[in-house]
Amino acid sequence: MTHHPVLRVIAKLMIPLILLFAFYVQFHGDFGPGGGFQAGVIFGAGLILYGLIFGVETAARVVPAWLLQGGVALGVLLYGGVGVAGLLLGGNYLDYGVLLHDPVHGQHLGISLVELGVFITVSSVMTTIFFAFAGRES
Amino acid sequence: MERLIDISLLGFLAATAVGMLRLRNLFAVVMLSGMYSLLSAGLFVVLDAVDVAFTEAAVGAGITTVLMLGTLALTTSEEKAKVEKTTPALLVVAITGITLIYSTLDMPAFGDPAAPIHQHVAPRYLEKTPAETGVPNVVTAVLASYRGYDTLGETTVIFTAGLGVLILLGTARRSDKTTP
Repeated sequence: MTHHPVLRVIAKLMIPLILLFAFYVQFHGDFGPGGGFQAGVIFGAGLILYGLIFGVETAARVVPAWLLQGGVALGVLLYGGVGVAGLLLGGNYLDYGVLLHDPVHGQHLGISLVELGVFITVSSVMTTIFFAFAGRES
Repeated sequence: MERLIDISLLGFLAATAVGMLRLRNLFAVVMLSGMYSLLSAGLFVVLDAVDVAFTEAAVGAGITTVLMLGTLALTTSEEKAKVEKTTPALLVVAITGITLIYSTLDMPAFGDPAAPIHQHVAPRYLEKTPAETGVPNVVTAVLASYRGYDTLGETTVIFTAGLGVLILLGTARRSDKTTP
């Protein structure tokens, strides 16, 4: 793909917008359609596009394998950890109301953290799967 | 107008599916499957399920197509011609399809407020979500809070999928690196 100047230029223009849009979907998930899963997929797609255009080796320098593999586990850990935090603070598992003094604020915080966990795991897994497939070719 | 959109989307869906069945070039089949996902995403938008449409467009049309192309690059892009009797398979598919269509006749009409799904917990969610969670989007509140267990399960499924691919495909690359 290194000989396609049009693809390279367009990708350079598009990738920052794609990543930014992923964050928009993530943080706007409380108000509109979207959330951690969709945002994670879009973020992963941005990284995959980078890998497609500029090669897997270059992309692996942006997001190294250890970072991705850590992210795969970190997201689920964060999700489960929020649940355990609820347990330790005297509520039920995944009961966010006890996280803060105000139950509504606690719910909001819990939902944000859980969505962040979903985002981290989904984006890492999507990118990891692509790298595993594409790294096999070379 | 909506009916016209429905009919044209479903018509395109059927045409895409038939095209996928008849084509032997797998590259074209993968492209058609991406189109199929995008068309279903359009249908979900017509059904007012924007969250589902969003996911379908991103995962079905985006990631899956790329992964399928990656698989084609590792294997082959031509399907081997098979000469087999397909009549029993066609019979099974036809009977299953007819049963499914027959069972939809018993379902409540689309958007019917008296449908069982709108009688159980949905009214409570719609009433209490803003007061209990402070999140305006009920879908997000249901996914992350009221049905937090299910979403944890889904995230674990994705985690397991990533783990499986790493175990199956990730090892070759690692051994290349460690052996000089």
